[in-house]
Amino acid sequence: MAVANYLYLSAILFTIGAIGVVVRRNSIVVFMCIELMLNAANLAFVTFARINGNLEGQVVAFFTMVVAACEVVVGLAIIVTIYRSRRSASVDDASLLKR
Amino acid sequence: MQTSENLLWLIALPLFSSAILLLAGKRANSWGHIMGTIVSASTFTIGIIEFFAMQSRSEENRAVTQKIFTWISVGSFNVDASLLLDQLSICFVLLITGVGTLIHVYSIAYMSHDLDRRRFFAYLNLFIASMLLLVLGDSYLNLYVGWEGVGLASYLLIGFWNEKPAYATAAKKAFVANRVGDVGLSLAIMISFATFGDVSFSGMKDSVDQASSTQLTAIGLMLLLAACGKSAQFPLQSWLGDAMAGPTPVSALIHAATMVTAGVYLITRSNFVFDAAPIAQLMVLIVGGVTLLFGAIIGMAKDDIKKALAASTMSQIGYMILATGLGPIGYAFAIMHLLTHGFFKASMFLGAGSVMHGMKDEVNMRKYGGIGKFMPITFLTFGLGYLAIIGVPPFAGFYSKDKIIETALNEGGIKGLILGSATLLGAMITAFYMTRVVILTFFGNERWGHKDEPHESPALMLVPIGLLSVGSVASGYLLYKGDWLVHWLEPVVNPLKVHHKELLPPIVVSIMAVAVVLIGVSIAVLKYRGEQSDKAPERVSVFTRAARKDLFQDNFNEATFMRPGQSVVKNLLNIDYLLIDGLVRGVGSVSLNAGNKLRVIQNGYVRSYALLMVVGALALIATIWVVTA
Amino acid sequence: MINFALDVGTTATPESYLFYFLAPLSVLAALGMLLVKKAVHSALLLAWVMISLAIFYIAQEALFLGIVQIVVYTGAVMMLFLFILMLVGVDTSDSLEENIPGLRPIAIVAAIGFGGLLVSLISRATFNRPIYGLSEANAEGNAFGIAAELFTRYVFAFEVVSALLITAAIGAMVLGHSQKSKSKNSQRDLSIARFRKDSLKDASGLPSAGVYALHNAVDVPALLPTGQAAPSSISSVLQARGDIIESATFEMKKDEEEEK
Repeated sequence: MAVANYLYLSAILFTIGAIGVVVRRNSIVVFMCIELMLNAANLAFVTFARINGNLEGQVVAFFTMVVAACEVVVGLAIIVTIYRSRRSASVDDASLLKR
Repeated sequence: MQTSENLLWLIALPLFSSAILLLAGKRANSWGHIMGTIVSASTFTIGIIEFFAMQSRSEENRAVTQKIFTWISVGSFNVDASLLLDQLSICFVLLITGVGTLIHVYSIAYMSHDLDRRRFFAYLNLFIASMLLLVLGDSYLNLYVGWEGVGLASYLLIGFWNEKPAYATAAKKAFVANRVGDVGLSLAIMISFATFGDVSFSGMKDSVDQASSTQLTAIGLMLLLAACGKSAQFPLQSWLGDAMAGPTPVSALIHAATMVTAGVYLITRSNFVFDAAPIAQLMVLIVGGVTLLFGAIIGMAKDDIKKALAASTMSQIGYMILATGLGPIGYAFAIMHLLTHGFFKASMFLGAGSVMHGMKDEVNMRKYGGIGKFMPITFLTFGLGYLAIIGVPPFAGFYSKDKIIETALNEGGIKGLILGSATLLGAMITAFYMTRVVILTFFGNERWGHKDEPHESPALMLVPIGLLSVGSVASGYLLYKGDWLVHWLEPVVNPLKVHHKELLPPIVVSIMAVAVVLIGVSIAVLKYRGEQSDKAPERVSVFTRAARKDLFQDNFNEATFMRPGQSVVKNLLNIDYLLIDGLVRGVGSVSLNAGNKLRVIQNGYVRSYALLMVVGALALIATIWVVTA
Repeated sequence: MINFALDVGTTATPESYLFYFLAPLSVLAALGMLLVKKAVHSALLLAWVMISLAIFYIAQEALFLGIVQIVVYTGAVMMLFLFILMLVGVDTSDSLEENIPGLRPIAIVAAIGFGGLLVSLISRATFNRPIYGLSEANAEGNAFGIAAELFTRYVFAFEVVSALLITAAIGAMVLGHSQKSKSKNSQRDLSIARFRKDSLKDASGLPSAGVYALHNAVDVPALLPTGQAAPSSISSVLQARGDIIESATFEMKKDEEEEK
């Protein structure tokens, strides 16, 4: 089996995540799709680390995880705040920019 | 050259006084007129001191100068704000401050009932300062500052009673007409700078040989245009009659004695330009000749005493301009006539003011009549001025006007004939209309139609008039005696000491002049001796009609400049509206429409923005795909 | 010339079994996450994808990352997701109907186009050398190798990231801290509000419970002068709890009225 298969898998997961971000309206699900995209990228990093024979890809993936964790914490706090004022978790309801 | 700080004080004193009077407001109401008069008198004192100091020096060292500050210093172009007092300037300084002081005194009484007397004196002082700067500036640029200053003062004073719309309009008219002349002066300065790289009188005089005659002609014509504007000469003469809207002292000081003669000063000061530019000099002659007849003809038909005098002023300045056009010998006579005219015309204007004062501000001469016995002193002084202006020997006007006629005739040939007959004709008409003024005002029946008898004016008004009429009697002889003024001005205007030829003996010319004057007086006496009606006759010749309408000068201006100007402006407005505004609005509406169309993309939904990002990523990766293929 | 250089480094057979077994499952789980209606199901499916990825990491000699993936993602992050889901409301399921016209087809076409191009790009990538593998780098253990990298070359980035974490924690606290935007109504406010109502029926306050009633208790409705019971006299809390005696039982019967 070719190592490149991991990269194909990564690309497919990334695409599914991108579709989810655009199509789903529940802000939490949108968030989960973003996490999926990040994980897909991480998989690619890990695979490249293996191909290149050094650990830099893994270190970058590690940093990605940390940043993703931060992002989740803040993002979910924002979702909760919005929910508290709007009673809705749909991203379409937060469309004040239009007006 | 010697310096003298007095020159600075000459200008600074009235300028500060004016500023104080304007800034102090009502607080200065009680003492403003006193201060204005004292300041004016002190400038006159300085002028006298300087005059005697100058006289005591030898001819080469008479001029003094004073640098105030460096005004412009750009590369090789340096202009100092500095003053120059020479033989020519001192004549003007004495005239301005002397007549000015007398008129200040006169105004104290004349304006005593006006609530705004303080403001009036502030403007008068501003005028004195500007006029002194005009005659003391040592370069055209300095002169220009004074030139604009007197224009401003004139505007403010003509429109002094600006609550009357007609007066405000008159002020505006004077200002606009003067603007045309001012453009001429600024163009002359620019051409001078381009030609000489210098705008000072001395610098230009020294390098006048290096300029081509075309350049000098251009400068001369532009200077003539400036002189026409300021001195109410043809074709910019129309504002002077309306300028009589100002208080009478203003008419006497600014629009008779001093400011309107600034054009004569300008041409005399620029003698080196005109002497080297024959075409410009010929134009000066033409302008002078036309205006002297033009003003005289208008003067015959005017019933408004001030407008008749204004027309006379125009005509007399025509004499002066004509004299300046006669070349080196003419300048001195122009200045001589200017000085004598300053005396007798100011005296007559103030006399007219006195009459108006006694007649409840009535200006129509047809409603006067027989005032002589009610106002004997005014009558006497006015009569002296009258004798002076028509040129009866030995009064002042005789000497100065006679000299101009003589010089004009001595030009010889067809030119001399035309100029000589024009000046003689002018003298005759002058005699006619001035006699008319005197008869209608002081002789004949009382036509004012109300019971109140006219009363003589207070002493505060009569004393200045009296002093001025002394000047109008004596000044001519004093200036003429032994060609005093001619010699005095020689270093300034007549460096070549051209010896003028004599075609006719002077005594013949004098006899001719007196003869035409007598003819003019006789006709007027015969015509107006028994004037009964207080209405102007309706059935008059077409010439009288034309003269009453100022020879259609306003109609001409309206048809030639105002209407086409207005239509040009209207069309420009349309162009501006359709083309330029259309362009701007087009850009605006295109942007607006494009924005409205693009706004749809900005629907506020986060997901649509995410979609755009996805599309962008697709485009990016497609590019990479194509590039690496 | 296309050189499938990646083919040079083929993996051992067990790993390929693992891949062919888990990869389709994780793709299916990801697709499911996209399609299911309930957010909780999505979260569970995502957890499955993450666990699969953790297994792939371990299979690719990234033991440390694999463990971290399980601990941080499936352990912490996914639990956080579920926790928030509980908070926001489990049943705020979102309808899958699209309300932005044209968005869904464009999104799917664009994303699939993107993925297709990406796959195509990977497939034609050239890599003119063998795959090295991590046996050398992981000689002293994967965690040791990563630690060596982190605390030497990437120590500055590491510190910055730690600052980011703290900032994020504080940020979440600030965002989560709720402050009442409006002070609690005082008696005065309530009184004003009563008079501002459409009718002045309740302007003097709601009737007290038990007034004119046979029983005097908080759960007994007051009787209006007409003889009718007034349910509004009973606290809404009691009503919500159902601890209320039916108002009608206290109403004055018609025949009673006639007797009087």
